[in-house]
Amino acid sequence: MGYAKEQLLARLQELQIDFAQYEHPVVLTVEAQAKYVGHMKGALSKNLFLKDKKHRFYIVSALADTKVDLKVLSQRLGLGKGGLRMAPEEALGEILQVPLGCVTPFALVNDSARHVCLLLDQGFKSQECCFFHPLSNDMSVAINSRDLDKFLNSIGKTPAYVDLEANPPVGKDQPPDLAGLVPSDAVVLPDPSEKIASSQGLEKNHISVNNKPTATAAKAVKPSNASQKEKSDSAVNLSSSFGDPEKLVEEILEKTTSIVLSEVKEENMEKYREQLGTMVSNSIRKQLSLELKSILSMFKNTSYTEGFYAGTHRQPKRM
Amino acid sequence: MDKNNSNENQEQEEQVVNPWEVSAKGKIDYEKLIEKFGCQRLDTSIIDRVARLTGRPPHVFLRRGVFFAHRDFHEILDAYERGEKFYLYTGRGPSSEALHLGHLVPFMFTKYLQDAFKVPLVIQLTDDEKCMWKNLTVEESQRLARENAKDIIACGFDISKTFIFSDFEYVGGSFYKNMVKIAKCVTYNKVVGIFGFTGEDHIGKVSFPPVQAAPSFPSSFPHLFTGKDNLRCLIPCAIDQDPYFRMTRDVAPRLGYHKPALIESLFFPALQGETGKMSASDPNSAIYVTDSGKDIKNKINKYAFSGGQDSVENHRKYGANLEVDIPVKYLGFFLEDDAELEHIRTEYGAGRMLTGEVKKRLTEILTEMVERHRRARAAVTDEMVDAFMAVRPLPNMFN
Repeated sequence: MGYAKEQLLARLQELQIDFAQYEHPVVLTVEAQAKYVGHMKGALSKNLFLKDKKHRFYIVSALADTKVDLKVLSQRLGLGKGGLRMAPEEALGEILQVPLGCVTPFALVNDSARHVCLLLDQGFKSQECCFFHPLSNDMSVAINSRDLDKFLNSIGKTPAYVDLEANPPVGKDQPPDLAGLVPSDAVVLPDPSEKIASSQGLEKNHISVNNKPTATAAKAVKPSNASQKEKSDSAVNLSSSFGDPEKLVEEILEKTTSIVLSEVKEENMEKYREQLGTMVSNSIRKQLSLELKSILSMFKNTSYTEGFYAGTHRQPKRM
Repeated sequence: MDKNNSNENQEQEEQVVNPWEVSAKGKIDYEKLIEKFGCQRLDTSIIDRVARLTGRPPHVFLRRGVFFAHRDFHEILDAYERGEKFYLYTGRGPSSEALHLGHLVPFMFTKYLQDAFKVPLVIQLTDDEKCMWKNLTVEESQRLARENAKDIIACGFDISKTFIFSDFEYVGGSFYKNMVKIAKCVTYNKVVGIFGFTGEDHIGKVSFPPVQAAPSFPSSFPHLFTGKDNLRCLIPCAIDQDPYFRMTRDVAPRLGYHKPALIESLFFPALQGETGKMSASDPNSAIYVTDSGKDIKNKINKYAFSGGQDSVENHRKYGANLEVDIPVKYLGFFLEDDAELEHIRTEYGAGRMLTGEVKKRLTEILTEMVERHRRARAAVTDEMVDAFMAVRPLPNMFN
């Protein structure tokens, strides 16, 4: 069974690691994450889960602004020019045991990920702290790179920091500079029984309101174009929030307050003065109208559907 | 009123527009199409009237002339002003799983009409048609119908006012009775004239038009409109569907029904340029609802036909050709802010703004749209589809 977020956080506390945690609605992309924690102290990270032709896996964790060229990396690792690809969706669940959009260095805590090679952006070292998902997309944890190292050492991994934007020549006299990081052990895929247990675990963690894992699991496995990328939708995670008024209210308030916070700043206060309130209100309306209508329509439709289902499955009155 | 349409397929046409083919040498000439089909232009006075009657700004597609033609929309508005409601009817032929933005256009507009006028909507999924024309199995076409239903639902239709049905599931009963009544009014020669059937076409095709015509009559939906035989119908659709409804309008008075009114749109141009419709079979001709932000950026940058000049100096000198520039056209569809669009058109047309900037803005807007759609789509469960498709009363459909 994969580690859960709570277990990871407990681990960090045990190790007396300083970190800050922020809960937010499920996010699948750095841009979405930025909406919730972008204004907090800490640099956002983008995390790629990759594999090579020999079925070895890599996590590349970089600052959101760092340019990562897979072709260059592939050469530097000694895998040739096109040796690195985005890992398939199934591998995310099997090996890292995290949901879509949740690749994170913390995933290495799972035994199934013991052969995964982690490449960290050396840019992390100069940041006061950086954001990573703690095995779940509804939270972001800000942690300093030294503390991240402490964690990695505690699970027996040696942190490897790399200048991800460097492009050193690779040739006869210049061996690939990152070749030493490539996992040497043969990768052992979890055996079938283990696989079933872990996939059930994944579903259990994300039970949708309607309790129909078959429908949503089918959607997750479908080989759509977007399946390779972090951004692909996670049907199970998203559908669960539309039946829950509390979560929706939280999301709406998050979005509204984030606009308020981003608009009420020094330059706007000077510019608009007493009109600041009007300006912020207009901003909120403009940016959120469509989104809120969409959210509430989905809420209505979800509620109606639940009622409909209940009605059509109603037991006849016992006489 | 309706023009004589007996010879339209025999003429040597530069442009071909019918439900199964849209092509032209160069751009589609919409003026000619309106003239040939005999429908009316939607002018600003109607658009203003819509705004007044609904108490909200007209939809961006109306303001920008995306929905540009109509038949009898005046009468719908007149009746509405008198307190007489109407219902909406639109549909989709589920031929592929991949929906692109062009497919969403009529649904986005229909949703606006539902919200603005507070009227019910029926959505027909012509799985039988695709089974026949695209030679799909019955099961596959039914499966596609359900999959497409999810994307349609994701456009935000109100479940308490919307009935979605697939032909394979719903045809029968009152619907079928209307189909037969309609069929009796249309001669074989007429249907050949309208749709261009030949002796080689199988009889399924020939007998299909009544299926698409029947939803125009309220008695086809006894669970919704019993006792409301007088209820009018408004059909938002792309202009290539006009032939079906010309036939239906011809038949309606003979059956004692109102003629269905139509409100028609242009074709959504393909990424590579304005020579026809987007095609679900060419992935680079369109932006799909399953495309990631990266895909969208890539497609816009690589494939969107640019009206900009070939060099920066020439561009600054001559400006962009807005007539053929696809990014600007797409912004016309999806950029809500009229002022911003005007600004872009002016600056780009004068050469002060470069293609890259226009494409960047478009990518932003489309990515947000597709993200929102994807999220909504993810919330659509099979139970929700069942609920939308259940033959059930809609007591609040006019609220």
